[in-house]
Amino acid sequence: MSTLTKQTLSHLDWLESEAIHIMREVAGQCSNPVLLFSGGKDSICMLRIAEKAFRPGKFPFPLMHIDTGHNYREVVEFRDKRAAELGERLIVRSVEDSMKRGTVVLKSENESRNKHQSVTLLEAIEEFGFDACIGGARRDEEKARAKERIMSFRDEFGQWDPKNQRPELWNLYNARSHKGENIRAFPISNWTEMDVWQYIEREGLELPSIYFAHTRPVVIRQGAIVPVNVPLMNGELTNLPKAGEEIVDLQVRFRTVGDISCTAPVESAADNVEKIVVETATTTITERGATRLDDQTSEASMEQRKKEGYF
Amino acid sequence: MSTQHVEDRGLLRFLTCGSVDDGKSTLIGRLLFDTKAILADTLTAIEKTSSKRGMTAVDLSLLTDGLQAEREQGITIDVAYRYFSTGTRKYIIADAPGHEQYTRNMVTAASTANVAIILIDARKGVLTQTRRHSYLTKLVGIPHVVVAVNKMDLVDYDQATYDRIVGEYKAFADQIGLTDVRFIPLSALNGDMIVDRGERLDWYDGPTLIDILEAAPAAHTEKAESFRFPVQYVCRPQASDDPALHDYRGFMGRVEAGEIKVGDTVTVLPNGLTTRVKDIQLYGESLPKAIHEQSVTLLLEDEIDISRGDMIVAAGEAPAQSKQVEALVCWLSETPLSPARTYWLRHTTREVKAKVASIAHRVDINTLANDSATTLAMNDIARLTLKLAQPVFADSYTESRATGAFILIDESTNNTVGAGMIV
Repeated sequence: MSTLTKQTLSHLDWLESEAIHIMREVAGQCSNPVLLFSGGKDSICMLRIAEKAFRPGKFPFPLMHIDTGHNYREVVEFRDKRAAELGERLIVRSVEDSMKRGTVVLKSENESRNKHQSVTLLEAIEEFGFDACIGGARRDEEKARAKERIMSFRDEFGQWDPKNQRPELWNLYNARSHKGENIRAFPISNWTEMDVWQYIEREGLELPSIYFAHTRPVVIRQGAIVPVNVPLMNGELTNLPKAGEEIVDLQVRFRTVGDISCTAPVESAADNVEKIVVETATTTITERGATRLDDQTSEASMEQRKKEGYF
Repeated sequence: MSTQHVEDRGLLRFLTCGSVDDGKSTLIGRLLFDTKAILADTLTAIEKTSSKRGMTAVDLSLLTDGLQAEREQGITIDVAYRYFSTGTRKYIIADAPGHEQYTRNMVTAASTANVAIILIDARKGVLTQTRRHSYLTKLVGIPHVVVAVNKMDLVDYDQATYDRIVGEYKAFADQIGLTDVRFIPLSALNGDMIVDRGERLDWYDGPTLIDILEAAPAAHTEKAESFRFPVQYVCRPQASDDPALHDYRGFMGRVEAGEIKVGDTVTVLPNGLTTRVKDIQLYGESLPKAIHEQSVTLLLEDEIDISRGDMIVAAGEAPAQSKQVEALVCWLSETPLSPARTYWLRHTTREVKAKVASIAHRVDINTLANDSATTLAMNDIARLTLKLAQPVFADSYTESRATGAFILIDESTNNTVGAGMIV
């Protein structure tokens, strides 16, 4: 092979440029898109990409968060602060409103509301007539995502049919849809967890404090670290310990942030982005494996902690 | 471990061609495993599955096991993307499945790749399938090919077997005009010559597979290309509080070919007016130049009416404006091409209506013979002429990949039904 002579972009610049291109395609092809912003690290990167794509203009879409009502206070406060700093419109639609309408029915009070977000999302899409939702999902997150398109078509019921996806070639994205149908666009599809942290480091992006090492009360449940007595926005405590569980104060950080009932932190002393980048490079557990409470694979994380001197 | 001062060799996208029988999944699993892209919990999960299936060793091919729907039906639905990094370079693997829908999936996966790894089973040598993969690699313009002669463990690491396959492939590569071809013997199962050299292929003194990938050029082409900048979006923040922005007109897009510097003379298509680049901006910063694949905002010296779908190009090097294109088209849809129907043709950021004028011939990708056709079924490849309602600014695909490619979209379903490469 010939030697490398042509100047090319660094890997982060390439990923950023691709993401900018995708966002501009959504803005150019769709009439009423929305950017999903939760206050989590991936969507924080998405906001910086949107700034790079559209400044000095305003974003050609509002931001929207589907709030389960069980989100970490630090994240909700960060969400509102960031949207205000950017001077962009933030729409919040809540799973609790869907519960009041009767469109979301929990099996039990403690059931995770994560999966019920999709009902509220579809209701919001209908309410505002959005034809595209820009999200921060990545293909490296799990197997099913590895086959997700960058512009992913959803029918009028919001369903993804893996057998009926549009082939996606070159950088020619097809975001066409009929009324009632919807495109989910994923500008950071090709990013890994490591890329996200390296980007946060390079851009100096601010994050909610719970991404950094802090001490909080937890219990160990089926091998996973479960935060307990977490204060909600209204001051109420959620995730109360079960009878007989021993509460310990542990130094932890979150690798992903979602509904309180189903996101677990990892033990860590990394209190700044640089340390997190190093930890991400040397971790032995996947992002989801470490944080999904219902996952059998958390056996391995327990084993590793025990090897490192855990009780 | 430090994240500072590590050389960044950018990002390389490559494609793996072959079927499960060739050990493709094992090769990908091995690359991910040996570059430490597989973490302990994933490994535990596949260890469990391996032992459930009665295997004693970990089956690395399980790492690329796909969706539940696929496992239940025993099929692979389509292209999957995998990621790993060596610290100096990030890799994106496009993994296209074998069998019936192969052409469609391989063309899709190949469209964004710069290197193709073509797997050959050392016991079987060059097969019809190998020739098909190679032809498609050539068709979609992948500049670099690595022929990986796999399963060397099953032929006792025999050099003569390897040499014979290399000779046979070289003759075929010459015939179809593949120029940059590298060969490597390996055993994905045992990990020989993937990341580690192993001890059983000491007669081979070339680089390992990962060394080849590390050294491959990240740019799609090493030759100088003419500047091409399809406009995606126009930024006019007139209503802004900042009076300095009242006259701001920024043309947003990605440099799809060549590069651009402040002060360069450019031509705007379709109106053909010429002006100079006043500024190149990214997030409030002025850049002296922008290179291939860089997303930027261009400000021009003269006020010219420009909108999405227009193209800013190097003055004196403008592509042809044409209401007719001749192209090789791969049909992607279960609904056959209908010459009676109108399709949307998307070329860069421009979308125009298109209709088939004539089909010159269809290519049999197994024999490379041409035959006549009046329609195209899924996976067919044909050379045809399209009539367009408005002109596009087209380069030939071999000159410029990004401005020589288009897709066809079904007007009623909005599905992407064809992939075209302008001749």
